[in-house]
Parts: sequence; C-alpha cells; structure tokens
Amino acid sequence: MKQGAAIGTADIHAAATYRSRRELRFRRLKRDKWLYILLTPGLLYFLVFKYVPMWGVLLAFKDYQPFLGFWKSDWVGLEHFRTFFQNPDFFMLLRNTLVLSLYNLVFFFPAPIILALLLNEVRLSFYKRTIQTMIYVPHFISMVIVASISYVFLTTQGGAVNEFLYSVTGSKIDFLASPDWFRPLIILQTIWKECGWGTIIFLAALAGVDVEQYEAAVVDGASRWRQTWHITLPAIRSTIVILLILRMGTILDNGFEQIYLMMNALNREVAEVFDTYVYALGITQGAFSYSTAVGLFKSVIGVVLVLGTNWLAKKSGESGLY
Amino acid sequence: MAKRYRSAGEITFDVFNYFVLGVIGIAAILPFLFVVSGSFATEAEITKRAVFLIPTTISFDAYRFIFSTDTIVRSIGVSLYVTVIGTAVNLFFTVTMAYPMAKRYLMGRNVILNLVIFTMLFGGGMIPTYLVIRELQLLDTLNALILPGAISAFNLIIVKNFFQELPVEIEEAARIDGCTELGLLWKIVLPLSKPVLATFTLFYAVGHWNNFFSALLYINDPSKWPLQVMLRQIVMLSQSAAGDLSSMDPNFVQPPEQSIKMAVIVVGTLPIMCVYPFLQKHFAKGVMLGSVKG
Repeated sequence: MKQGAAIGTADIHAAATYRSRRELRFRRLKRDKWLYILLTPGLLYFLVFKYVPMWGVLLAFKDYQPFLGFWKSDWVGLEHFRTFFQNPDFFMLLRNTLVLSLYNLVFFFPAPIILALLLNEVRLSFYKRTIQTMIYVPHFISMVIVASISYVFLTTQGGAVNEFLYSVTGSKIDFLASPDWFRPLIILQTIWKECGWGTIIFLAALAGVDVEQYEAAVVDGASRWRQTWHITLPAIRSTIVILLILRMGTILDNGFEQIYLMMNALNREVAEVFDTYVYALGITQGAFSYSTAVGLFKSVIGVVLVLGTNWLAKKSGESGLY
Repeated sequence: MAKRYRSAGEITFDVFNYFVLGVIGIAAILPFLFVVSGSFATEAEITKRAVFLIPTTISFDAYRFIFSTDTIVRSIGVSLYVTVIGTAVNLFFTVTMAYPMAKRYLMGRNVILNLVIFTMLFGGGMIPTYLVIRELQLLDTLNALILPGAISAFNLIIVKNFFQELPVEIEEAARIDGCTELGLLWKIVLPLSKPVLATFTLFYAVGHWNNFFSALLYINDPSKWPLQVMLRQIVMLSQSAAGDLSSMDPNFVQPPEQSIKMAVIVVGTLPIMCVYPFLQKHFAKGVMLGSVKG
C-alpha cells in the first residue's frame, strides 16, 4: 500500500484490497478445485496413518486399559518413563543399540566410500559396469532371505560352513546362538547387503568432479595418491557429511527386521535393542502404554540427534541438511 | 586426457585394484549361487560334499515338493496379490498427491509440503500405528499390508520435484487447446514421466515382495502369510513345509531338508532376479533424482 496517502483514501483502499483478496482466494480455490480433489487421497493417507499415530504417543503418558479405551484410561504422567529408566533392561538396550551403531559407523560407514574410490579408479568402463551390476544385487534381496542364507550356511546341523570347519578342525562353532558372533554377523550382513548400493551416491559425487582439476594436478606433478587426497576426497566431503547426519538420526534404529530375525534366546543379551523390545512388550504382551513410552523415548532422541548433528555440521562450515 | 607415462607403482595399483574389485563383485553374488546349486542337490550329494557350486546330479525334487504343498503356494499367492495391488495403490496415491504439489501457484502448497517433511523426521512409532490399524479393523486383512505404506514421503517428494521440472510451455499450450486438469495429468504429464514412474513402480513392487515387518505386526492368520513370513517359518524355525505327499508319485523320496530350504529361498528371490535387469536400467537415475536438493 502506498505510504503518505490521505487517511480516508488509505482506509477505503485497504478495505477494497481486503475484499478482493478474499475474493481472489475463493477464485483460486475454485480454479484449482481439481488439484485439491487430487490431493485428497494423499492428505487423508498422511492424516490417518502418520498424524493420528503421532497423536497416539500420548498413550505413553496414560495407563492404557483395553476395556476403557484411549479416552477413559487414566493419565499417569511420566510414570512409564520412570519405570523404564529404573529397569536394568534400559542399560542393556542402550548398550546394545549404541555398540551396534558404533560398529556400523566404524566398519560399515567407510566401506562404500572406499569401494566408490576404488571403482572410480577403474578406467575400463565395461569392467566397472559389470562390477557395479554385481554389487548392487544384494540390496534388492529381502532381509529374510539374507538371514535365511546365513542360517542355512551357519547352522551346526549340516550347514556348509560348519561342515567345512568340522572336516578341517574337527569341531563346530554355533555362530547363530553364540553372543560373541552376533555383532560380527550383523555387520557382515549389512556390509554384504548395502555396501555396493551405498557407492551410488558417492560415485555420482565423484562424477561431478571437474576433470580440469586433475589435469592441473598432473601438470604440477601430483601422483594418484596425491590427487585422491587433495581433489577427490575434498570433492565428496559434503556428501559424506550429509550421509553422516542422516546416520546420526538413525543411531537408535538398528534395523528391526535384521535383529529380530537373527535374535534368539541364547544371544538376546547382546541382541535386544529398543525396537525389538517395543515389539516384544507391546505387540506380543500387550503392554501398550509402557512400550509406547519406550518408542517415544527413542524417537525423541533420534530427532535431537539429527538436529544436533545438523547444527554441528553447519557450525563447522558444511551446508547441512536444512 | 593425454596419454602419459605410468609409473610401476600405478600399474601395480591398477592390477591390485581390478583384482580386489573382481573378488568383491563375486563375493556379492556367491552366496546366492551356492543356494541355487544347493536347491538342486540330492541327499547323497549333500552328505558327500558340504560345499559345492555345480551339483553332479541335478534333482528338481525340492521344487516339486514345495509346489505340491498348499502352504507355500498359498503364501506365494498372497505375496503376488499384495505386490500387484499394493504397487497400483502406491502409484495412484503418489501421483495424485505429487501432481498438485508440483504447482508452485497452489494455495497451501508449502503447508502440505512441511506436513509431509515432518513425517520423515518424526513418527508415532510402532505401537500407536498398530493401534490405529487395529481400530480401522485392518488386522488380519491383506489391506494392512497395502494401505499403511500407500505413500513413501521420500518417493513423493522426488516425483513432485520431477513434475516441477517439466516444461511449463507444453502445459500452457495444452490448456489453450482446452485440455482439462485431469486430461493434462493423464495425457501430458504421465507420458512425459515414464522413466521416473518405471523406477518407482519397481521400487515399490520390490518393497512389497520383500515386506516382512508389516506382516509380522498385522497378520496372525497363517493362511494370509506372505512368502517372506513363510520363509522364516520354514528356514529359521525349521517348521516343516508339510507337503501333501499323497498326491505325489509313490516312488517320490522326500528331498533333504537343506535343499528344500534352499529351494524356498530361491523362490523368494526369483521375482527380484527377474525384474533386476529392468530395475538396473533405471535406478541410478532414480536415486540421483532424490539426492538433488529441492
């Protein structure tokens, strides 16, 4: 609106724009009515399957009684959280979750980066494509298949690995039931399944590196190691940081399916994590409120971790996610 | 790049690099090759040799056995149904929502976008979602395997970004020619988006075929178990496949347990292997679309 106009005219002017704005809004709604109709199923989906459950986390602060239902059950405040933190299971879950995440970070996270760097050095494009085709395959295989393959090979009852061990050393190792083997097995499975797939994003980042930089480096007499260190790695640094941030957010998510499938009574002590605990207590035993509280604790820490890492990344001069 | 002198160190590195990558590539598919060959094995062979890649005698008994059993055939049917219907539902929901969201002039567009992005950051969790599914009377129905995952927020945003990049001029020309909004989507936008839609069709279909979690949570009735759940029962819990042996040839010897398990694993993976060549053509591009900011 123009400044300095007489007060009377300004008022009339404002009223006029207000009326026309409302009218405009209505006209736009009418004009785009098909777009809004198209939006409806998707919006309904998000409301029903995403937002109603979000509101359902209030269960964590209630003492849910099935016969009373959500509304009539009593509020208990933070009682479930208190019980959970005092339960010795809490430390077991926290330890298992953090150790698995740490193993993942140390052994799995760098693997696709190294593999992408190796692939990037391949000049023969036919060879490169063939290897890529092979290493992407496991990503599309279900976790049940991955666990099943592990079972048929590692079982002490006729599993190939144990038959082989027996013929060489005369003894067998019960990989599937031993707490010592649980973590290495999980990490090996993850590396086998996702390492190749993980290279895609780094290879794309590497493809974006300016060739002229390498040419200039060669002129300056840089060896291939030097080129990797001073050009290639800095070029993919922001991709690494973004993936690290995403990884931080899922540090408490250790992949329910994989752990659930590989867990048994004998290795539970090192295998049980937040998600499997929520499933066992909530779905199979019906302790809805308590397990909702455990789940909520996990999600909140997850969100804090993402936002925190993102903030840190921005502070240190990277672009971050948001 | 001009050809230049390569030092001995570089040549050594290249040889080493090609070799290591070859080993990694083979390691990626080797376990599966072992399972395939094991599924054709006979009892004699399994007791004779623990590990082999090429069986000396090929027997199809394990496959004949699993296809004679009602339980496995039924679960394959469930998985196929959920994959086909589920993927159709995914595409319908994703496209209808992504299209309006791609229009920069749509009122309330940013609000909706933020609502979607928020669900990627925070969710209600397993139990509240389970209770919603229960309240909707979806437990023990195949719809529980389809509806709760009707849209992946991540895929939705990628498709939206793709629609947004389509040239506006074509759209304007079509409008001048009297094309309606729905006509525009059906006749102009969708045909132009074939590559991206193919990618997501395959991704969603693979997701449905591999889905285990939803069935574990929402399906108690064994007759409605998809193949992945049945696989776990047979391979990991060693629950017998309980074949109907009466209808078989009287000379039919029940195949060894190990080869039955391996045959079930092969059946659970086969569809993926069949679509993989098509998948592979598209996915690098599809995944990249997702990593582009916007």
